[in-house]
Amino acid sequence: MRLIKELGAWFEARVQLATPIRETLEHQVPRQSASWAYVFGSAALIVFLLQIVTGILLALLYVPSAGEAWNSLQILNHQVTLGWFIRALHGWGSNFMIAIVLIHMVQVFLLGAYKFPRELTWVVGILLLLLTLGMAFTGQVLRFDQDAYWGLGIGASISSRIPVLGPWIVNLLLGGPIIAGATLSRFFALHVFVIPGSLLAFVGLHLLLVLKLGINEWPMPGRIVRRATYVKEYHELIHKDGIPFVPGAIAKDMFFSGFILLAIAVCAVYFGPFGPSGQPDPTIIQTVPRPDYFFLWLYAVLSLLPPSMETPALLIGPVIALGALLALPFISGEGEKSWKRRPIAVLTILLVAVSLGTFTHLAGYAPWSPVMDAGSGEPIPERYLKGRTALERQGALVFQAKQCHNCHALGGAGGERGPALDRVAVQLTEDQLIRQVIQGGGNMPAYGKNLSPAETTAVVAFLETLHPSGLRPARDASRSGEAGTHP
Amino acid sequence: MNSAEGVSRRGMLVKIGLLFNGAVGALLAIPVVRYLLSPVIRERRPGAESWLSLGTLGQFPEGETRLATFRHPAVNPSDGETGNIPCWVRRVGAEKFQVFAINCAHLGCPVRWFPQSGLFMCPCHGGVYYSDGSRASGPPERGLFEYSYKVEQGNLLIQAGEMPTTGSPNARLINITTGRPPCG
Repeated sequence: MRLIKELGAWFEARVQLATPIRETLEHQVPRQSASWAYVFGSAALIVFLLQIVTGILLALLYVPSAGEAWNSLQILNHQVTLGWFIRALHGWGSNFMIAIVLIHMVQVFLLGAYKFPRELTWVVGILLLLLTLGMAFTGQVLRFDQDAYWGLGIGASISSRIPVLGPWIVNLLLGGPIIAGATLSRFFALHVFVIPGSLLAFVGLHLLLVLKLGINEWPMPGRIVRRATYVKEYHELIHKDGIPFVPGAIAKDMFFSGFILLAIAVCAVYFGPFGPSGQPDPTIIQTVPRPDYFFLWLYAVLSLLPPSMETPALLIGPVIALGALLALPFISGEGEKSWKRRPIAVLTILLVAVSLGTFTHLAGYAPWSPVMDAGSGEPIPERYLKGRTALERQGALVFQAKQCHNCHALGGAGGERGPALDRVAVQLTEDQLIRQVIQGGGNMPAYGKNLSPAETTAVVAFLETLHPSGLRPARDASRSGEAGTHP
Repeated sequence: MNSAEGVSRRGMLVKIGLLFNGAVGALLAIPVVRYLLSPVIRERRPGAESWLSLGTLGQFPEGETRLATFRHPAVNPSDGETGNIPCWVRRVGAEKFQVFAINCAHLGCPVRWFPQSGLFMCPCHGGVYYSDGSRASGPPERGLFEYSYKVEQGNLLIQAGEMPTTGSPNARLINITTGRPPCG
């Protein structure tokens, strides 16, 4: 015991860190800020450390080569003792990290912590958010599977739309004319050196700013932030009603961080690692690429925007969003901190949350994508054959064989790109059906060239039978004479 | 700090030191930037623009659209399977072809050919094209990208260029066909 003490004294005489460390640990924080609402920043830091450790562990075995990366992940998953668990920890750690960073950001926004004098802390925080998302995207690429391969293609296609510089940026991104080994190598360098290095530096700056400027006081409705008086008021507050960070406030942080680490471990054990999905072989085209969870909303936006608005939205949208986030503390650096007196702030958060949630939910089943293998190989359900004439049955066959099911649902099965056709006979007359099939329109391809007149007649005859019992099919009113001939 | 002369002399030396380091740094930056930009300003590798065979004409029956693959000339052995690029070959006439890039003109996902309905469909965002590659529906703003091809000694040859993207319509080896109206 004495030896340890003497060793400690020997080092302290040289590094002289005891005093600054003690001052850091014991810095005063407002008593009310030792709250469960303030635990997300430290949790993000702990998850970041987990990512560093698990990342280094994975790097011991991962092979960043286009020909070998996928195999090395298989070896990690199936051959290396607990390799699957380290992969799962890293994958779930990344999901949790993004979630916690976002919650931290919402909390800082709603409690007004970004206001004077903590503008720079917020700006650095935005940089950290971008770097975290950068880690998520580059990490998805390192899981070099089909989703990664085609995800890179999507990234390249988006970048290519940047005016003038687009094609060059694509080449820089891919490291060559196509997605290949050079692409993976540079994403490896980004994911392992460049972005983590920047993250470490900016996390350090972020923490330094928190220490220097003090933790945000709990906002009270009516307590107004003014540049002239805030610093003095804050010092009075922590003098009057402050507690040392250790041991006064750190307990909740530690409990929450521990809980988060445990949750990540439980998810890792229960759900296992993410992928890899199929091999990154571009000649295997029977694939339905999907982005990772946190980019699903973007996938939905890209599918739902009208074509003409897509490029402007892709190029200008991020600039506006980023500009607004960076400008926020400078535009509203003073005034009320409490969310109870900031209805627009609360509504903004709700709007963003509902939008992102809706887009993510939609992307979960992607109604805009044709279902590539719907119907064609399966038997026609009996109920679409019963009681039908030969011509109508012929039409059911055409419907089944010509990929109509890829976009149109019938009886709840099939794609949702186009409308479900269970009651189409009530909605369109025979002539309208023929026109729609032959000419297409409203996002439907024209089938005129690919259906013989006999096939068109048959499929329309079949569609004419699709109506709820008791409702008569739509008839052209100008052909009153014909109307009587159909029961 | 005592004499004004000393301050200016030391200050001068610091400034010269800064300048010297700045100059050396700038000099070193030139090769570094050139190295970083090598994918953009790379010298053409020999063979990068050569004609590649997709197979004999017999593999592509007239009036049909078939998947073909080629090994991209710019790849290294370590690139593994990523160097195998697929494309759709449509034989229109005896020596008349259309060779479509696999990449959807929207955001590059692999389009699939459905011979029964004569359509290419994209699994990502729902782009659809007619058999001649022109846009049918969905988010793409144009038809499929086409490779330039030629027929030599009973073989179908194409020039592999870059991965086609919407923003690079002058990507050297890609023949651009603009989308035709659906009723054309």
